[in-house]
Amino acid sequence: MTTLTKEAGVPSPAGAGPLLSVRDLHVSFKTEDGIVRAVDGLSFDLMRGRTLGIVGESGSGKSVTNLTVLGLHNPMFTTVEGEILLDGQELTTARESEMEKLRGNKMAMIFQDPLTALSPYYTVGRQIAEPYMKHNGASKRAAWDRTVEMLGKVGIPHPKERAKDYPHQFSGGMRQRAMIAMALVCDPDLLIADEPTTALDVTVQAQILDLLKDLQQEFGTGIVFITHDLGVIADMADDIMVMYAGSAVERGTVDEVLRSPQHPYTWGLLNSMPRIDSALDTPLSPIPGTPPSLLNPPSGCRFHPRCTFQDRVSGSGRCASERPLLAPDRASACHLTAEQKRTIFIDEIKPRLGQG
Amino acid sequence: MKEDLVLPVPRQSDSGADSEPLLEVSGLTKHFPVKGGFPIRRTVGHVQAVDGIDLTVGVGESFGLVGESGCGKSTTGRLITRLLEPTSGKITYRGRDISHASRAQLAPIRSEIQMIFQDPYSSLNPRQTVGRIISNPMEINGIEPEGGREKRVRELLEIVGLNPEHYNRFPHEFSGGQRQRIGVARALALSPKLIVADEPVSALDVSIQAQVVNLLQEVQKELGIAFLFIAHDLAVVRHFSQRVAVMYLGKIIEVGDRDSIYTRPRHPYTHALLSAVPEVNLTDDDSAGRERIRLAGDVPSPISPPSGCRFRTRCWKAQDRCATEEPPLIQISGNHTGHLTACHFPEEPTIEARDEDIVLDPALAALEEGEN
Amino acid sequence: MLRFLVRRFLGAVVILFLLSIVTFLMFFGMPRDPALLMCGKTCNPQSLANIHHVLGLDKSVPEQYWIFLHNLVTGSDQFAQGPCPAPCFGYSYHTNEQVWGTLMDRLPTTVSLTLGGAVCFLIVGLGTGLLAAWRRGTLIDKAATAGAMVLSSMQIYFLGPLALAILVYQTHWFDKPAYNDFTADPFTWFTGLILPWVVLSTIFAAQYTRMARSSMIEQLQEEHVRTARAKGMSRQYVFFRYAWRGSLIPIVTIFGIDLGALLGGAIITEYTFSLPGLGQLAVQSVFFSDLPLLLGVMLFSASMILLFNIIVDACYAFIDPRVRLA
Repeated sequence: MTTLTKEAGVPSPAGAGPLLSVRDLHVSFKTEDGIVRAVDGLSFDLMRGRTLGIVGESGSGKSVTNLTVLGLHNPMFTTVEGEILLDGQELTTARESEMEKLRGNKMAMIFQDPLTALSPYYTVGRQIAEPYMKHNGASKRAAWDRTVEMLGKVGIPHPKERAKDYPHQFSGGMRQRAMIAMALVCDPDLLIADEPTTALDVTVQAQILDLLKDLQQEFGTGIVFITHDLGVIADMADDIMVMYAGSAVERGTVDEVLRSPQHPYTWGLLNSMPRIDSALDTPLSPIPGTPPSLLNPPSGCRFHPRCTFQDRVSGSGRCASERPLLAPDRASACHLTAEQKRTIFIDEIKPRLGQG
Repeated sequence: MKEDLVLPVPRQSDSGADSEPLLEVSGLTKHFPVKGGFPIRRTVGHVQAVDGIDLTVGVGESFGLVGESGCGKSTTGRLITRLLEPTSGKITYRGRDISHASRAQLAPIRSEIQMIFQDPYSSLNPRQTVGRIISNPMEINGIEPEGGREKRVRELLEIVGLNPEHYNRFPHEFSGGQRQRIGVARALALSPKLIVADEPVSALDVSIQAQVVNLLQEVQKELGIAFLFIAHDLAVVRHFSQRVAVMYLGKIIEVGDRDSIYTRPRHPYTHALLSAVPEVNLTDDDSAGRERIRLAGDVPSPISPPSGCRFRTRCWKAQDRCATEEPPLIQISGNHTGHLTACHFPEEPTIEARDEDIVLDPALAALEEGEN
Repeated sequence: MLRFLVRRFLGAVVILFLLSIVTFLMFFGMPRDPALLMCGKTCNPQSLANIHHVLGLDKSVPEQYWIFLHNLVTGSDQFAQGPCPAPCFGYSYHTNEQVWGTLMDRLPTTVSLTLGGAVCFLIVGLGTGLLAAWRRGTLIDKAATAGAMVLSSMQIYFLGPLALAILVYQTHWFDKPAYNDFTADPFTWFTGLILPWVVLSTIFAAQYTRMARSSMIEQLQEEHVRTARAKGMSRQYVFFRYAWRGSLIPIVTIFGIDLGALLGGAIITEYTFSLPGLGQLAVQSVFFSDLPLLLGVMLFSASMILLFNIIVDACYAFIDPRVRLA
């Protein structure tokens, strides 16, 4: 595949600091069964015009994190601690009216299932025009023109006519395009895409992913891309953060994380995923066990009950008692030494990934 | 996963296309009526979900069926297990025509053809214990295994990697992956010869998905059970199947052994499908790479599919002939035996990158034009 | 839309036709002879046969049914009491009045009671429900939910007499319920009905509070509502434009059923407050084995229910563009 190079893309505009900076974020919900610690000490940065891919399975906290960034969690049942800085502005303590001005304007979101994420009761055009009118104070006429322009840009044929249609009159791929048009209509700095192609067919997914990359080049948007699919991440992201049970376990650039992963969980993910060019007739190597309950997470390293390498960590029982920390930049949260991580990957993991 | 798999009745046989056919399907068609009209509602059209497909599954063979939503792969599975009545065509199981067999006629065959469903949450009765769920098929079919049903159920639980002690638990006490294992145990209860697995791992997390894929593969190989593996995930199908058929809008457009389909595809749609799979490139060199094909739009409606070749409306090679003449599913020159393609203008048998990407999507083309 | 209406009205006619047959059969299946009631103390076989003949009950059941249908469509001047224009249900056995005329006389009472009550219970019920949903989890919500729970488990035959005893007879805050013609004196019309309205709407409002609250809460959890919030639309806007639209569907459904049923006769309410409406008429017709009146009330009530069913389905299409009427 000829990848679209993003590095050369957008010159970083004013403000050299990160666009989005999350510092030691904790999110917990009160439920009938107890307190669910959905996000537990998460920090990351996103630079302008770059794409951060967040990988994780269900319950890893990846979606919760991003709903919290947008302030869409239910404040009645949710406790948020830590800092979320968008362009230097603190979001966790921001007033609701402040957040409303930012949402859809400076930061926007694309959801997984465009059929349920678009209102069935209003035309696609109206739903796209609404935030434009609200945030830019545009007239109905101007907002409509902008809507038609955006629909055309995301590849909806006959945008003038299709803007008057309802979402159910669109096909799945077209709906997700409309959703993208809606998210980008106010030219946001930050776009959060939560599994935006999971509900789509593979050929349509390829179109949508490329479209997002191309639009990012044009608009210079910083993207947080959430997915469980490492293939999609490899295709889309500049940087990767792997999440497990509410916190980040590994982070780095796409090349670093996918070609020389350091965390046993990342190894497990790579090993358990069949690839279209992997060696044939060798069984996959799944991660044993199941993800932990966040009501009562394991002590120490959250991954240790499923980890096959914990006995190699020096100091007995360290994995069960002491929580490994994740350093900034390229890092992995694991008690194995850097040398161990390197040799285990090269000697034991890489051969099993064998290219076909 | 248990290493030492206890095999109750090994029925090993040479698998592959050459072996005797277990299941033969020819001209299988399912049209769902579309109601409408005034003043009396009548059938005004048909959803041509499956429109004349031929396929053969050998004894102990794993046969993959891939395609995007609406291509008719799930309907095909339901027709073969006779959960749906075919509109026309013939389904032959071990030499017997079961296409329109009645319930009574099907009874002896029911136990030999089993189904595994996608959703491990809704396909298990929440008010029955795991023991009940797994022994149910034996009860219905009046099968009394040696040592009693409970012993057999415990055996099955062990085979699928669950604790036999969990006999009396209810489905909600298990995780998604474990529930899918219960579904597999239920399917195995009657020692079937053919299992139709409809997207058995799509609802599961990646790490769990691998556990279930491995389990199914062990079951297939060790117990010699033939599989019709239906999925949209090309990598999973490749991993699991010996032969693969690609479906598009109710037709099989290409079928062949795994290598032919994945490395020497001829149909433009197969090319597009393979090129669309997002891949992790683990090698350190960026050379070569795969071709990049980006189709335009979505799959057309199966109510009024395009004339001639159904893919022609999204195909970059389509000519007048494609609209008038439906390409037959044949072995075109250069293909291996058993590799059949339905195309008038087949592609080169390679998935290497081309000189120029094929980008049919107008929005992508416009945006990328602007960059260059 | 026209097609839909034509189809549904044809369907309704078929249902009414079947209902009339069932009513007929049930009436003649009952071991009661209406003539006996009319015959009085000095009854002898001769006069009983005479009454049978006058009422037409000496004819065979199919024949009687045919005459009924014929009269209904074309009218009749065969009745001893006088002419009976279409739609003719005949003359009441008990009062000797024309059934259609009686129905029309009683209708304003029932319509006044029902529509007035409906306006009250919609405003109070939906208002409280929306407020509870908006302030979900707060004291207001808990109070509204608990209150609605208590009130909706009340019954009119308990609350009605209680209200009469306290508010009318003891404190004299309200007038004794009565129906006065609106065109003659709107004020007495209003004061006469206010207590029945209050009692009727109290019980219904509680039900609508619970329904509005739960369906709003459900809608607020819809993904498209979250999307609207993610676009920066305000909480009020999302609440009233996005969530409200979706929760209208169950509300309209139940409201259509309730209104149809009430217009066909709010039997208990009318009895409790001695209001001469269709509900009273229905009880009377059964009590006196009054076949023409029974048929008239039955078919009229059923028509109301069917009519509102059609209106509800038509409303769906206005609320939800995915619904196509055919």
